[in-house]
This record gives sequence, C-alpha cells and structure tokens, in this order.
Amino acid sequence: MKKYLSFFRIRFLAGLQYRAAAWGGIATQYAWGGMTILMFHAFYQNAENSFPMTFRELSSYIWLQQSLLAMFMTWFYDNDIFDSITSGSISYELCRPCDLYSMWFVKNMAIRLSRVVLRCVPILLVAIFLPDPFGMRLPPDITSALLFPVSMVLGFLVLVSFNMLIYISAFYTISPMGIRILVSSITEFFAGALIPIPFFPEWLQSFMYALPFASVQNTPFLIYVGHLNTAEALQSICLQAVWLIVLLAAGRILIKHALKKVVVQGG
Amino acid sequence: MKLYFRYLSMLLKSQMQYKASFLMTALGQFLTSFTTFLSMYFMFSRFKSVNGFTFSEVLICFSIVLMAFSLTECFVRGFDVFPRLIRTGDLDRILVRPRSVVFQVLTSNMEFTRIGRLLQAILMLCWAIPACGVVWTADKILTLILMVTGGISVFSSLFVLYAGISFFTLEGLEFMNIFTDGGREFGKYPVSVYGEGVLKFLTYIIPIALFQYYPFLYLIGRSENILFMFLPLLGIIFFLPCYAFFRYGLRKYQSSGS
Repeated sequence: MKKYLSFFRIRFLAGLQYRAAAWGGIATQYAWGGMTILMFHAFYQNAENSFPMTFRELSSYIWLQQSLLAMFMTWFYDNDIFDSITSGSISYELCRPCDLYSMWFVKNMAIRLSRVVLRCVPILLVAIFLPDPFGMRLPPDITSALLFPVSMVLGFLVLVSFNMLIYISAFYTISPMGIRILVSSITEFFAGALIPIPFFPEWLQSFMYALPFASVQNTPFLIYVGHLNTAEALQSICLQAVWLIVLLAAGRILIKHALKKVVVQGG
Repeated sequence: MKLYFRYLSMLLKSQMQYKASFLMTALGQFLTSFTTFLSMYFMFSRFKSVNGFTFSEVLICFSIVLMAFSLTECFVRGFDVFPRLIRTGDLDRILVRPRSVVFQVLTSNMEFTRIGRLLQAILMLCWAIPACGVVWTADKILTLILMVTGGISVFSSLFVLYAGISFFTLEGLEFMNIFTDGGREFGKYPVSVYGEGVLKFLTYIIPIALFQYYPFLYLIGRSENILFMFLPLLGIIFFLPCYAFFRYGLRKYQSSGS
C-alpha cells in the first residue's frame, strides 16, 4: 500500500509544478463556462417552460463541470503509459515488485487530482460571486451536500477504471491513438459533457442511464444541484458502485490476459 | 508552389503509412463533430429556435465555421504545433535553410485526418442549403464562399498569433484555445446569441463575427445591407497585426536548444 501512496505522491507533486499552464487553463475554462451558460440562456429566453432544469441548476452544473474538468475529462490519457507499451519500456515496469494495474490506477488519479487542485478553487471563487441566475450556488439541502462528495468520488473512480481499459487495449492494438479519439468522443457525448443528460430526449435518456458514462459526471452534478430527490440519488449512487466494481473486475481480468501474452522485442 | 505540392504529397504519403490509425483518427474527428451536431439537434427539437434562428439556419453557420476551421487545422497545422518546433530546436534548422520561414513552417506539418471534420461540415451544408429556405442567387453563393475564405484567414491569423506568443512563453498558452477551439465550438451558433458584449468583442478585437455573423445575416435574408457580404474581406486584415507580431517574436528569438 505504501509504495502506491508514494507513486501517487510523486505524480501529484509533479503535476503541481505546472502553475503557469494552470492559469492558462483557468482562463480557458472560465471563458468556456461563461459562453456555455450564455448559450443556454439564449435558449431559455424563448422557451422557458421546455427547460428540463431550472436555469440556476444549470449554471451550477456548468460551473461544477468547468472547475472539476480535470477530474472528469474523458479525453485525457497519460501518454507515458501508452509510450511504455508501444516502446517496450514496459519490461522495466514488469520487473518491479508491484502490481501494474494498481500502479497505473494511482498514477492516473494523481495527475487528474493535481490539476483539479490547481484549477478548481479560482474558478469556483469567481463563479460564486457572479450575479444571480448565472452564478454557482450552494446545494439546496443538506442531503445533496452530503451525498455529493460520495458520488463525486465514485464517479471519478468509475472514469479512471474505464480509462484503464483503454490503456490495456494498447497491448492489443500497438497504435492506440485512433481508438483513443474514437472512444473519447463517444464517452464525452454519453457522459453528458456536451449538454447535461436531462436535455436529451426521453427515449435516449433511458439508454444513456444504462451505460457507465452517465455515472461519471452527470450523477454527482445532478445530486449537487438538487435535481434528483433522495431516493433517486441513493439509487444512482448504488449504480455508480456497481459500475465501479464491474469495470475494476474487467480491467483486472483483461490485464492478466494481456500480460500473459505480452512479448517484449529487442534486447 | 511546386515545392509545396511535393511536401504535401510527402506528408500525405507518410500519414497514409498507418492506414488503420489514420482512418480511426479521421473517424474520431468525424464523431467529435457529429456528437456536437446531435446535441444541437436535441436542443432544437426541444426549443425549436434560438434568438429567432431556426435549426437549418444555425446549421449553415455551424458548417461554415467547421469547414473553415478544419481546413485551417489541416493546412496551417505547422503554426498550431509551433511551440513543438521551438522546444525541439527544429526551428533553428528551419532558420538556416534558404526558404522563407512561413513556407517551411507550413510544410513542416499537415494534419489530413481533419478530413473527418470537413466531411461532417460538408454533409451538414448539403442538408441545410435546400432546407433553410434561402433562394440561392449568385450573390448568396458568393457570400458563402467569402464566409469560408474569411473564416480560414481569421483562424490562420489566430494560429500565427499563437505561434508568435510561443516565442515569449511556452507555458500558459492554453488560453489561446478560447479563440481557436472556442471559436469553432461556440461559432456553431450565430455569435449574437451570446449577447451584446460578446458580439462587440468578436467584431472589434477578434474578428470572428465579421465572417460568421454579419454575412450570415445577409445570407439568410435577415439584413438587406449588401456591405455585410464583403465584411469577411475586412477580417483578412486581421492577419497583418498577427503576422507582424510573429515577425517581432522571430527577431527576438533566441534558440533554446543545444
């Protein structure tokens, strides 16, 4: 356990070094969130009643999405891991007395978290002080406030364990770039990163909730803004847990299979 | 010019070496913009219109921006990944060769997988042109062409500006994404939907509205002002300060390599 903690620490501290980049990122995400909210505002003005969420809920949703972007971005993958597989330096990793899956898992968590830590506070600070319907609001009641962190952690772990499957796929395909962009664009759509899931038509929503991607960012954000009642919230948290177990198990099985076949060329 | 095509075919051939990867990346590019299209479709099937613009009208706007952006990303890619040239020291090699810097940067990299996005833009345009109710007279067709040309020149200028900034700092460049990727992403709606302030900013500071919004109003018959048709040409002027800044950076450039 201790060795994984130190892997986490190393990655996390390395990630914290990119402070100037973080300011650039903060500016980008702030503009992005603002533009998205203005866009929804334009729709809201001519058809207030067909809005599936209140505008305040939506604003909080968007700001959460922007401030926690590094945690929930579907297109982010650690290039070092892909490189180690395609270049063969994986053989060094295999010599280490530790479990590859756990090592990659904590590294991924660390990079994402270090970015969030640098970026989320300044974005949230500004978002909280914005004028009323556009700003970030506190959760409406105490249950949402309590359930949100649980769901956020679960959603984060679901995403990382899904990412692991894509890393493992590189053992089979050698050139992972194509799969990566393909998968990213699909997951982004189904995770509700382009527009929140309540904005999709009913028939598609039920399908989307059957996929693991809805459990990533959509569930915690909807719990935070109070869109789900307590029973619904608890139900979706259970669903998140189920997906997490399924994805972890799948990853474990696949990596075992992949490592059995792995052939490192060269001397 | 002949040399340019030599480079073009060389890069094309080398990217075609990994056919499966190329096709998947192109397909991924297509899917990225297709999911954007789908979410717009869902928004419009719920709300019918935005600021009085219908779905097919907005699609024309989106496809023009997407087309201009993907063409720029394909052929002006060298400026888009310019920081890499500085970091690796490849820029020094470019500087000692007897050809212009711009030419060599342009030919250093092209990204043909953007054809996936271009395809999406063309498909949307094919669907929207008959559906939006515009009578396609010669001046409207000319407006459309001018919009795409203007878009390419504005996005290229932004890429050149980005390359210019990277002479001074290699970090924190991410904020330029607001204008490049952001221009593509938020340019899918006529920029007036974001309100007066954004429209003014995109008219006078970063002239995206000059090729995307005003000629678009003329195109769909929302405005009779024939001047709007030629505004994209005005947007081309934006290239001058961007290029001047790039030259300025180039003069100040001190190699970082060894």
